[in-house]
Amino acid sequence: MNPMLKLGLAATLIVLPQLGLAQEAEDAAELAVPAEVSTDTVFILNSLLFLIGGFLVFFMAAGFCMLEAGLVRSKNVTMQLTKNVGLYSIAAILYYLVGYNLMYPLGDWAIDGYLSALFPATAVLEAVGITAEDADDYAYASTGSDYIFQLVFCAATASIVSGAMAERIKLWPFLIFVILLTGIIYPLQASWSWGGGFLDEMGFSDFAGSTIVHSVGGWAALAGALILGPRIGKYGKDGRVNPIPGSNLALATLGMFILWLGWFGFNGGSQLAMGSIGDVADVSRIFANTNAAASGGAVTALILTQLLYKKPDLTMVLNGALAGLVAITAEPLMPSLGAATLIGAVGGVIVVFTVPMLDKLKIDDVVGAIPVHLFAGIWGTLVVPLTNPDADFVTQITAMAIIGVFVFVVSAVVWLIIKAVMGLRPDEETEINGLDMGEMGMEAYPEFSKT
Amino acid sequence: MKLIIATIKPFKLEEVREALTDIGVRGMMVTEIKGFGSQSGHTEIYRGAEYAVNFVPKIKLEIAVSAAMADQVVDAITKSARTGKIGDGKIFVLDIQQAMRVRTGETNDDAL
Repeated sequence: MNPMLKLGLAATLIVLPQLGLAQEAEDAAELAVPAEVSTDTVFILNSLLFLIGGFLVFFMAAGFCMLEAGLVRSKNVTMQLTKNVGLYSIAAILYYLVGYNLMYPLGDWAIDGYLSALFPATAVLEAVGITAEDADDYAYASTGSDYIFQLVFCAATASIVSGAMAERIKLWPFLIFVILLTGIIYPLQASWSWGGGFLDEMGFSDFAGSTIVHSVGGWAALAGALILGPRIGKYGKDGRVNPIPGSNLALATLGMFILWLGWFGFNGGSQLAMGSIGDVADVSRIFANTNAAASGGAVTALILTQLLYKKPDLTMVLNGALAGLVAITAEPLMPSLGAATLIGAVGGVIVVFTVPMLDKLKIDDVVGAIPVHLFAGIWGTLVVPLTNPDADFVTQITAMAIIGVFVFVVSAVVWLIIKAVMGLRPDEETEINGLDMGEMGMEAYPEFSKT
Repeated sequence: MKLIIATIKPFKLEEVREALTDIGVRGMMVTEIKGFGSQSGHTEIYRGAEYAVNFVPKIKLEIAVSAAMADQVVDAITKSARTGKIGDGKIFVLDIQQAMRVRTGETNDDAL
């Protein structure tokens, strides 16, 4: 052995135990200090959680967009992309104008617990460069971070609707519905739970929104799909179902993975606090459980489609992962990893059996939004009491029914009014030629040809 | 001169090409086609709904050779494209009235 190396080793052996001792002493000193975090730090960390969660959930807009672009035919891709950019941006404006303060009345209700305000004020941010004294809620988080985090949830609700009604609804009637969904329907029902309204009083437990976000999108989509009718050629006269394969499964899969990523923000951010050991540990539990549920849903759909159809169906696997995510969203904190995997797995089962069921009922849901967001959302909300002792089945079911009836009925009325005033569908020729050329005048893939 | 039109299973294309170049065929046209014959399609399942695939993907070969060589070509395709299962394809032999090589102006057998 090199003498220099020997020397070095010897030195290390002498120094190492001392280093260890120093480390132990430091640990002891740290533990002795009370684990109190300063209010400044809490404010900063909570705001940071909202901002990280906010941009993760924002990216789900891209996820929905790619999932839908991949699952529609190439002749409708430009339209689907346009709807997704449009709906997100409209949601952002409406949530500013009406939604934010409609959803969070901060105890100041027009009709206590039910209607926060007849004419809600627009959202207002804190001033530039505030000090602790100027903060709206110094003990909690910055207004801007809370605003952006809540806004992206509102937009996600509208994204769900666009997928179910793809390939056969005109651009403007759809966007007009989005105005009402994101400005009024979503924030109003969300105020009942998350704004401190009557469902919150009742003890309804929906952590990140299996019901409040996902099933709301699902109910609005179901009402829309029923009123709109199926795509031309989807259902044959003799009750046959004609599959209409999507244009790009690589994009659809990318979309699913983006949604999966975004869900860490969706559920993790919904812890709503990161200023203590307990909160940070809970956020990490939520990340792990969210991931477990998605995996459970995907693997279940993979195995089930292999068994039922002799070949695995990728589009169902994508839906399965998303159904797992929706299912765990109502309670991503309390379950163990095993329970989270199982809750997600049942989401996968639901998708595999309800996608063909909707086809039997002739409800044409292009991307499977209703099975994923509505049915798996109901399952996730229903199962909360199994892992969370503060929730009970009667309350969960009652709240789901109230939100479901409200959103379905109001959405149906809005769809019917839009249909009567301006019509929902393009003419038959435009639909068959594709909305891209008929409504948009541009194709997504002008240089691809198909014989 | 004969024009040989053959439909084969797509995965057999490379084997058929080799068999044909081995016997001295110096050119062919290849087209991806869809169609049905006695195989008449099959069923698949997409998102839980069974549907009929009425047209099966095939490869169409068009080969122009001298009359003397036609039987040999048909024989080579038959041997190399055969799997023994339904859907192996068909071969048609047609007369060619005239042939012309664009670059040189050679005609008929010289043009092949």
